[in-house]
Amino acid sequence: MHEWALAESVICTISDEINKNNLSRISRVTLKIGELQQIDIEIFRFAIDTVLESYELAVDKASIVLETEPCTLKCNTCESEWSFKEHMRKMQEDDAEAIHFIPEIAHTYIRCPSCGSPDFNIRKGRGVWIESIEGEV
Amino acid sequence: MIDPRLHIISKRLGGIKRIIAVSGSKGGIGKSTVASALALCMAKNGCRTGLLDLDLSGPSTHVILGAEGLYPKEDKGLVPPEIHGIKYMSIIYFSGNNPSPLRGQDISNIIIELLTITIWGQLDVLILDMPPGISDSILDIIRLIKRMEFLVVTTPSKIAIDVMKKELRILVELNIPVIGILENMRTKEFSALPDKISDLSIPLLGSINLDESIEDAMGNADKLIKTVFFGQLEKLFIEQIKDSRYA
Repeated sequence: MHEWALAESVICTISDEINKNNLSRISRVTLKIGELQQIDIEIFRFAIDTVLESYELAVDKASIVLETEPCTLKCNTCESEWSFKEHMRKMQEDDAEAIHFIPEIAHTYIRCPSCGSPDFNIRKGRGVWIESIEGEV
Repeated sequence: MIDPRLHIISKRLGGIKRIIAVSGSKGGIGKSTVASALALCMAKNGCRTGLLDLDLSGPSTHVILGAEGLYPKEDKGLVPPEIHGIKYMSIIYFSGNNPSPLRGQDISNIIIELLTITIWGQLDVLILDMPPGISDSILDIIRLIKRMEFLVVTTPSKIAIDVMKKELRILVELNIPVIGILENMRTKEFSALPDKISDLSIPLLGSINLDESIEDAMGNADKLIKTVFFGQLEKLFIEQIKDSRYA
């Protein structure tokens, strides 16, 4: 249910952008959902639609599009790259849940598969962000 | 690309009357102990109090308060559990007792995420246990939390005072309100601090003596409340507490 907090941040941002740019109509909002945060897409979609109604914005639900992005991690020590999916399969449920709440907690539970270092970058697919908001004045 | 989390933080903190950042540039000056004790003190005196441990590289308020077996409740975000009347949030719910080797960007992201997903509700005061130093995480916190007041902790050590003065100059330059300076672990009868900070227009709130019994009270809030340290802190902050309660 923590998806609701993130969904509200998205709708709040759309509202701010409408006001900032005097938009009369939103044609498309593209959201990227990074794999590392393991967002439940169904819950998130439902939360987005429900929060949108409560904000009473002139935005069609269908104009908010969700796209998932795979997560890639890169070791700062040996420069290996690997996907979070590889780790996901062998992770404890509690560890995966901690990363769900705070994606950077990956540094606590994941090590580079090549050299064992905890020093890696989350190159892409971290969490929720808005790629674009398209609309008309 | 837009980070939506930045747009909700002021709303998440909207039900909080005062936000006090307990800061101090040097490590080992008792900053986390002061933050934890101040939160206990506020709660004990009837303030609706929250405590957020933002020292992500070395969280320790959970050890001081004896916060074990707690976990936030999920309700359209994360609702912090209560301990000794304090709504308490820390990274340790997620990292446990494991080390978290984090770079600056990771720390910034964690701070933003915690501020986005934590549902504090209505509070009289939120105490922040700040990381040491004047790092990017401090700058992020200043950028993200607009209504903060700083309480700056130091010890009588020349080194601690020298580093503290640098922090204070930055806070003054950024127009951040500073409640004052708290001298912790005083060992001599008369404090030399007033002379050393006379060039700054920041009030000295007072001094707390070095209390060797404090180590025995770690992890036990009932014992902590009975220490000389706590009594002196409560006395120094009674007016601040009244201000927070009736603000």
